Amino acid sequence: MKTLEDLRKIREKAQSEMKTRDQKARVKIVVGMGTSGIAMGAREVMKAILDEVAKRNLDDVLVTQTGEKGLSSMEPVVDVIEEGKPTVTYGNMNPEKARKVIAEHIVNGKVVNDYVVATQS
Amino acid sequence: MTLKRTDILLCCGSGCVSAGALKVKKKLLELFEQKDITSEINIIETGCMGPCDYGPVMMVYPEGVFYKTVGVDDLEELVEEHFLKGRPLKRLMLQEEERIFATKKDIPFYQKQVKVALEHCGYIDPESIEEYIAVGGYEALGKVLTEMDPQKTIETIKESGLRGRGGGGFPTATKWAFTRKASGSPKYVICNGDEGDPGAFMDRSILEGDPHRVLEGMMIAAYSIGANKGYFYIRAEYPLAIKRIKNAIEKACEYGLIGENIFGTDFSFDAEVRTGAGAFVCGEETALIASIHGERGQPNAKPPYPSDSGVWQKPTLVNNVETLANVRTIILKGADWFAKMGTEASKGTKVFALTGDVKNTGLVEVPMGITLRELIFDVGGGIVDGKKFKAVQLGGPSGGCLTADHLDTSIDYESLTEKGAMMGSGGIIVMDDANCMVNVAKFFLEFSLEESCGKCTPCRVGLKQMYSMLERITSGEGKPGDIEELESLGNSIKALSLCGLGQTAPNPVLSTIRYFRNEYISHIEDKSCNTKVCLDLMHFLIDKDKCIGCSLCSRKCPVSCIPGSREEKYEIIQEECVKCGTCMEVCPVNAISKLPGISEELRSEKTEPSDYRSLYT
Repeated sequence: MKTLEDLRKIREKAQSEMKTRDQKARVKIVVGMGTSGIAMGAREVMKAILDEVAKRNLDDVLVTQTGEKGLSSMEPVVDVIEEGKPTVTYGNMNPEKARKVIAEHIVNGKVVNDYVVATQS
Repeated sequence: MTLKRTDILLCCGSGCVSAGALKVKKKLLELFEQKDITSEINIIETGCMGPCDYGPVMMVYPEGVFYKTVGVDDLEELVEEHFLKGRPLKRLMLQEEERIFATKKDIPFYQKQVKVALEHCGYIDPESIEEYIAVGGYEALGKVLTEMDPQKTIETIKESGLRGRGGGGFPTATKWAFTRKASGSPKYVICNGDEGDPGAFMDRSILEGDPHRVLEGMMIAAYSIGANKGYFYIRAEYPLAIKRIKNAIEKACEYGLIGENIFGTDFSFDAEVRTGAGAFVCGEETALIASIHGERGQPNAKPPYPSDSGVWQKPTLVNNVETLANVRTIILKGADWFAKMGTEASKGTKVFALTGDVKNTGLVEVPMGITLRELIFDVGGGIVDGKKFKAVQLGGPSGGCLTADHLDTSIDYESLTEKGAMMGSGGIIVMDDANCMVNVAKFFLEFSLEESCGKCTPCRVGLKQMYSMLERITSGEGKPGDIEELESLGNSIKALSLCGLGQTAPNPVLSTIRYFRNEYISHIEDKSCNTKVCLDLMHFLIDKDKCIGCSLCSRKCPVSCIPGSREEKYEIIQEECVKCGTCMEVCPVNAISKLPGISEELRSEKTEPSDYRSLYT
């Protein structure tokens, strides 16, 4: 490294790998991973989301998991939480639907209404 | 790169490692493998997070949940509940009277703390230069090299009011300016990592937890004084700190942050590690330099100061680990930001190693000017087992004891010195009312006595004499005039010793005499240790009215000195008793008590005048 510019490049790359810790992401995707969620395939949904977010290099997106959401009949359930916008809850998810949500909602900002089971401000 | 959804920051400071942090990591990895979530979760070994009492501790992000005393047996449940199902496990969180402290910001221990030197300790992986760069690492060095000349850098440090954190509190910028002005070349920077106070571990924690920060501080100092070479002098008892600093130097070399023409400027730098053999006196700068030379670690008379003639007789800057750790933040956030914290003469924050009879022992960083009360009761959580606060020893074996009357003293260099203690390197040992202050003074004096290098007679012989007197006093052989003699001897040693060790070693004795004179008097005149710590000045007694004659004490006594019978009841032969306390522990009816003073039987013997001269031979 020879310039401050080089240092900043390294920093940006390193920061994106540490973003789980900074609690400042633009969008938070929360997968419900209670017992019923896992039974309905939440693990696969989680894996698909992680994979898609990584592939698209979305470094302002945080993926995490939570417990039982109470919507057992609609598992797996995924929340998309964005600062200043109503929280969108998607239900009956599968890996395919999850990838679509990433493409449409997270990248293009269009809520995939077909899968939405609730919105909450 | 696969995306991670969880970062587990596992504290791998020495405290947590002793408590089993590495076993926890191994088991976690096994469990992740079983559940097939290895690729989704990061485990990062960090430096000390502070609350060592609760080790092993971990922080789990993105939630920021804090878990304490995580044992290998807890992991199955933790992985299942939190890492798989996303339900943080309340059982392992910090709880106090029904309240649960889920995240770091909820925990009272952290609330009054302001982290500057420890900013990223416990947050980043100390072995990863990338993580250090991610949190702004080497930005300050870049700024100094490209935008500021050495003079301006020293000016900034001067405005910040930073003073040496190793104990003396000498203004850092003045030291830098002296070394810069000194004629002679090449010049050197030394990072003093020879932390030797019993109970102090802040320098170790910084070196282990955020080594690049110290290296960056050293490089900024080197640039300011015109040096191209740095030495880390770290004691051999700190193998992990040595490993991490060596690793940091290596990584910085790989990235071109150490070497020729750093950031394309004229500045070149190289650093190496020198290990000390563990002599306390080598924390003194001239002794440290002698040790780097390969000579016996003994201090030399000053002047010449190291800033004129130090390592290899060249101008040398010696700064403490914590001092250097503050530098980069001052450069990045500005001198004003730093100077806003603290008191008129003591700026910024100070790291303390809080130990002793306090609930939350560990590593804390608080703004200067906070009171002892806030530090001990708010950050430290008060005294354990609901006992009463008695005294606090500040500054290790060179420092002094303060009492409950001083709890509202502001923690800064001047206020502490004025009260007879000192900031020192930042070891704080809190004592409850079960401590005998004469015994405490003896303990610290013994440490200094053993660590005296032997060069100066007042320190070598004087400390030995003081120690013998304390031994006499605590064994019931004290005589009138002892206190005055201790004071006079102590003051002479302070005045006549060459280096800081001798100049401060009598402090624990002098300050306990100053604030706990009554305890000395009762040891000497009443032959009584009221806290029942000094074995020769306390005894056990069986209350014959309570004794049921069960003979349990008699059978358990290791020296068989409790004769008696069911009818006669039992009695301790005081002359033979070794004060082990076993009888008291086993007595089913609590008929045995521990009492201060010498037993009736022995009293006449001890109070008779004896030939004291024989004790000096």
